Amino acid sequence: MAETETSFEELPDAPPRRRLRLSWSGKLGVVVVAFWMVIVVIGPSISPYHEADILDEALFIVPGSDNPYPETDYQPPSAVAWLGTDYLGRDTLSRTLFGARTTIGISLASTLLAYLVGVTLGIAAAVGRPVLDSSLSRLNDAILSIPSIMLALIIIAAIGSTIPILIVLTGLIYASTVFRIARSLGLDVKVSDFVEAAKVRGEGLWWIITREILPNVAMPMATDFGLRFVYVILFISSLSFLGLGVQPPQSDWGSMVRESLSGLPYGSIAPLVPAMAIATLTIAINLIVDDVSAHSGGRLARRMI
Amino acid sequence: MTLLSALLRRTALGVATLFVVSVLIFVGTSILPGDVANIILGQMATPESLAALRTKLGLDEPAHIRYLIWLSDLLSGDLGFSKAGAGTGTVGTPISEMLMPRLINTIRLGGAVAIVAVPFAVTIGLLAAMYPGTRLDRFVTFTTLGLISVPEFLVATLLVLVIAVQLGWLPATAYISGQETGLKLVRALAMPALTLVIVASSQIMRMTRATVLNVMNSPYIEMAILKGVPRRRIILRHALLNAIGPIANVIALNLAYLVSGVVVVETIFAYPGLAKLMIDAVQTRDLPLVQACAMIFCATYIVLIFIADMVSILSNPRLRHPK
Repeated sequence: MAETETSFEELPDAPPRRRLRLSWSGKLGVVVVAFWMVIVVIGPSISPYHEADILDEALFIVPGSDNPYPETDYQPPSAVAWLGTDYLGRDTLSRTLFGARTTIGISLASTLLAYLVGVTLGIAAAVGRPVLDSSLSRLNDAILSIPSIMLALIIIAAIGSTIPILIVLTGLIYASTVFRIARSLGLDVKVSDFVEAAKVRGEGLWWIITREILPNVAMPMATDFGLRFVYVILFISSLSFLGLGVQPPQSDWGSMVRESLSGLPYGSIAPLVPAMAIATLTIAINLIVDDVSAHSGGRLARRMI
Repeated sequence: MTLLSALLRRTALGVATLFVVSVLIFVGTSILPGDVANIILGQMATPESLAALRTKLGLDEPAHIRYLIWLSDLLSGDLGFSKAGAGTGTVGTPISEMLMPRLINTIRLGGAVAIVAVPFAVTIGLLAAMYPGTRLDRFVTFTTLGLISVPEFLVATLLVLVIAVQLGWLPATAYISGQETGLKLVRALAMPALTLVIVASSQIMRMTRATVLNVMNSPYIEMAILKGVPRRRIILRHALLNAIGPIANVIALNLAYLVSGVVVVETIFAYPGLAKLMIDAVQTRDLPLVQACAMIFCATYIVLIFIADMVSILSNPRLRHPK
């Protein structure tokens, strides 16, 4: 027993667990992302009004008199509506809080779907037969050669737009880029010495995929997940902004900008609030991704362009 | 692989891609549920009238025959007729007639953006790469990261708020009747073009900077530094010449990415271009019109990507002078 212990001590130390140290910009990113995640969960319960509520005229009193304003739409920020009201007189703050759940929820679901499909097929193409690889890759090239917004417009023109359609459509469109990355990472790992060693040991294909390949592509894929999530948020918001995404009366950041765009000439901040919400979230995610990929030697960043 | 065979291979690949994309567009709009005859008739549809309209529109033929008819019409410039759009009064209008003025407007917008954005972005990107770590470089990296991670409509909204509302310099919407010339046309184009310039420039700047920095890390640059060549000379004589190919590639790629930016920007400013027409067609489910617009956008995209590919092949001396 004692002998085995000494022989263990002679083994080199296991490399220390790499701990991620974020710079101040990365930490700022984490704080902002965490804030929005909390809003996704509790947003609707802390919001002052319901997303579809049209505020009562009586709430808005002209300063210095008892008369209510004749209109409730495009009100400036006040004690009644902290961020003002939109084109129908609905509270901008409440709609932004409700919209967080729709926008982030749909985007997250789409990104997860894209990853499920993309990684499965990508790894399958990397380790599978050449026929499978080439047929999947050619199909993927065809999808990638159409701008994603065009693909979405064609499908929406044909079958319309509901939330499930939106999630599946976006998930499949973005699966094509995930596929490409997962496949190339998988091919890199597949020819490495430790996979060869596992094959020589007689490990099965499933064991090699789950124990050797997936752990090694996990870190680069995690960084890419952040970037992909940003693209999906921008994509979904753009579709909603074009009126082809989330349909009213449900609030969603992209469609909120569209609805209240007409208030812009009167200096209303109603279209700016949701647009800024999107910007803070996407910039924050990018700050984290930038920081993490700088720590892994910048190699990731180049791979991901 | 010699240069010629590389070029021929790419050309064949480009043509094949166009063909595959045309199939995808056709399949996407024709085989999925949402028959044009159904849409046109709407509530008034009876089995007889549906069947009659389907025969009239040629919807009875099997899908591959319809595809071939559509493709041969497309190639001969006959884009068919607008089939849906009830209420907008476009039923039966030849699509090519609807497209032409819109296409010209979009080309005007895209051209204006390219003329301004490309020299501006490449210069700034080069400067940032020439002086890495300086205040200019950090400013450029930080600003462009911010700009590429926000939606186009935020950039547009802020521009409208500042330039059109606060300062009142330019109109908030871009109405073009087709008669404008000179200054009037410039005024109408200014806001949408400015938005797209900002969006496209930040991508080009980032990628130009990364490309030049990449070249600066190569052994021959180290050699030049070691033998004492002045910094300016290294950049202009050694680095830049080798970076021209990749930079041209970056420019072509980013002009291709403009396709999605155009869709959003034309909608915000109500700019009467091709993308606005396509969005309207999607909303009224005018499938033939959607097909035609999608085909134009995808072909432009593929051609630009093809040019990017060509440039990178042509700028590679190993392919230009095969052993």
